Amino acid sequence: MTAYPGRIAATPRRRGVGSRIAAAGRHALGLPMLLLVVWALVATRATSRFFPDPVTIADAFVDTWVGPAFVEDVLPSLARLGLGAAASIVVGIAAGTVIGLTPWLRELLEPLLEFLRAVPPPVLIPVMMILLGITDTMKVVVIVSGAVWPILLNTIEGVRSTDSVMTETARSFRVTWWERLWFLVLPAASPRIMAGVRQALSVALILMVISEMFASSSGLGYRIAYFQRNYLIAEMWSGILLLGLVGVLLAVAFGLVERRVLRWYHGIREVHRA
Amino acid sequence: MPDRGTLLRVEQLRKVYEHPTGDVEAIGDLSFTMDAGELVCIVGPSGCGKTTLLKCLAGLLRPTSGVVEMHGAPVTGPSPAMAVVFQEYGRSLYPWLTVRGNVELPLRHKKLSRADRDTLVADALDAVGLAHAARSHPWQLSGGMQQRVAIARALAYQPEVLIMDEPFAAVDAQTRADLEDLVRELHARRRISVLFVTHDIDESVYLGQRVLVLSQSPTRVREDLAIDLPAERDQISTRALPRFTHLRTHVYGEIQRAKRGQNVAARPAP
Amino acid sequence: MRPSPTRRLRAVRRALLGVVGLAGFLAVWQTVPALGLIDPQYLPYVTDVLARLAEQLVDLAFWRRLGSTMTSWAIGLTVATVAAVGLGTVVGLVPFLRRATHTMVEFLRPIPSVALIPLAVLMFGIQRQAALVIIVYASFWQVFVQVIYGVADVDTVARDTALSFGLRRREQWTQLVLPTTLPYLMTGLRLAAAVALILAITAEMVIGNPGLGRMIELSRSAGDAVGLYALVVVTGLLGLAVNLVFRFVERRTLSWHQSVRGEQTP
Repeated sequence: MTAYPGRIAATPRRRGVGSRIAAAGRHALGLPMLLLVVWALVATRATSRFFPDPVTIADAFVDTWVGPAFVEDVLPSLARLGLGAAASIVVGIAAGTVIGLTPWLRELLEPLLEFLRAVPPPVLIPVMMILLGITDTMKVVVIVSGAVWPILLNTIEGVRSTDSVMTETARSFRVTWWERLWFLVLPAASPRIMAGVRQALSVALILMVISEMFASSSGLGYRIAYFQRNYLIAEMWSGILLLGLVGVLLAVAFGLVERRVLRWYHGIREVHRA
Repeated sequence: MPDRGTLLRVEQLRKVYEHPTGDVEAIGDLSFTMDAGELVCIVGPSGCGKTTLLKCLAGLLRPTSGVVEMHGAPVTGPSPAMAVVFQEYGRSLYPWLTVRGNVELPLRHKKLSRADRDTLVADALDAVGLAHAARSHPWQLSGGMQQRVAIARALAYQPEVLIMDEPFAAVDAQTRADLEDLVRELHARRRISVLFVTHDIDESVYLGQRVLVLSQSPTRVREDLAIDLPAERDQISTRALPRFTHLRTHVYGEIQRAKRGQNVAARPAP
Repeated sequence: MRPSPTRRLRAVRRALLGVVGLAGFLAVWQTVPALGLIDPQYLPYVTDVLARLAEQLVDLAFWRRLGSTMTSWAIGLTVATVAAVGLGTVVGLVPFLRRATHTMVEFLRPIPSVALIPLAVLMFGIQRQAALVIIVYASFWQVFVQVIYGVADVDTVARDTALSFGLRRREQWTQLVLPTTLPYLMTGLRLAAAVALILAITAEMVIGNPGLGRMIELSRSAGDAVGLYALVVVTGLLGLAVNLVFRFVERRTLSWHQSVRGEQTP
């Protein structure tokens, strides 16, 4: 048997890790540091009631959120967010797959879904308050009812545009329905699905905050609104900061998962660019 | 030999695509048979419905009328006795699976033990010379290597006949020669039947034991030509044989006549 | 090009199925309270809701609120777009700025705009400005990020063409930067328009500046379920209209863009 020369493209090796981190750090932290310093200087010169200096906010942050408030306010918020997001993902992908694979169902539901998606999600909070009362269930349902649409619609779009040759390949090898779903349809749709999940997460966070501002006696949204009503300015800022952190952490966590799930997708793009 | 006998029988196959502007007859009236263990090439002018024919044979398309039989039983859908290698390797391999995963996928529903499955996959990858690439992803490989993966997938499926749809149309000439030899070798060593569709006349003569020349659409078999070249073939010496040149000139002429004949009949010259 | 008969037939089938789907939804909505599955007090009959909707449409006060919401939307969207296009172009064109701002953008963008509501209320009370802060903040990022992508795209195209042909500065803008960035900008604008509407209504609900959002909140606290549902339907229709209009505009620019590109490559 002849030996075939076969090269396997490898992901290009990168520069030294140390110098890369250093350079990235300079760029990543340079501007935020600069802005913080400017802010601190401005705040000490001209004391504005609404813009306390960063040190005060940092103090307030530690006083407010480190301790029992973390268990009473932050954890319940995160639990609602997590439950709502998880339910949206499960429902969105499951329903999206069924609808995407069934042409008549898709045509039946298309205008309806188009309308439901267009309803601004926060408007659903009063509706759910009427239907479910002021409960934790209501908050989770609100999150799902707003966050499910981007996932659902992207899944439908992704599932229906499965490549015809790939489908034919599966058919010619008599790959079973479930295997086709698991090894062809869902992976093929995964870039779209992940794009939907990304949108859904930011919608979910918004809905978590507003539903708590609206109808709650605990949670991040409730606390921040409470601080504002009682003119606890530094505390309010620390809450905004915390919400920002939650948003950033959520984005980072999503980025990590996305890179894992779509490794093949990014790999292809890298190979094409090289 | 025990495996001699009719493997595939196609009788008066006809395929009409229904179109609002008028039906298009892709395949007119096509009949041929293929024995087990044969390597048959199908060649025809471009746009003559080769792919349609192949899809009908593989059970991916339902013919309008006529019969396709495997071992005397009508083919109504994709059969476990056939494996298809598509032209577009980039779209028939799944980029999210590794090479191994791609080869393994069709075996999942066969009731095999884990060990048997592993052996089949390893053996198939070895046969195409890609044992070292099992853990790579298809998109990390060159076009020729990707098509080898597709061939390995078909081999691991253990079909009786390998159906190949212009498999090497998208690879460069050198790779193509290697892949042609690979097909000959697999055919000889594994005693697997091969039905090879191509638009390349040289390729069909070099590869085939028989060449079916198709007419312009609506397609019929224009000629069924036995290739009486020695069984041991070689890219350089075989292609230099006077007999090879004679055969390819003959097929070339047939195809030119196929095109012209059709043109005169269908469309008067402008 | 005239669509072929089957294509037209399929389009008719599609439209019919869509109408059936909508009708089915309305029918289910009507049946659920009728069967007593949910008390009509909480889920009113769809007929009542539609009747109320019809009443609203001839009510001048309703139109004033709608106008108020859409004014906030339009001002917010315009301010955000102008700011994002200006800043995005500068940041996108200067590699140093692009790198330096990257983390800032990555940190600021995921901050939910609604977190700023308390701050906005502190600064502006229940006036429109408070709502505008939220609207501008949220829709700014949508356009900004797209403009940066677009300008970065100019970079690669420019390397290939402009430099080798030696285009003049003004030609560079009209022939290169504008056509390359425009589709990105339109995508950003479409996203921003939807986000701006959501936040315009949200702000009215939470802050209480006049508009549809406040009306929704008032209906809820007054226990007027019929009015609440009617307004929810209105916001859905508004969202739909905004989506359709901006998608249409985006598609038009995209096709224009492609035809321009097509002329450039012989």
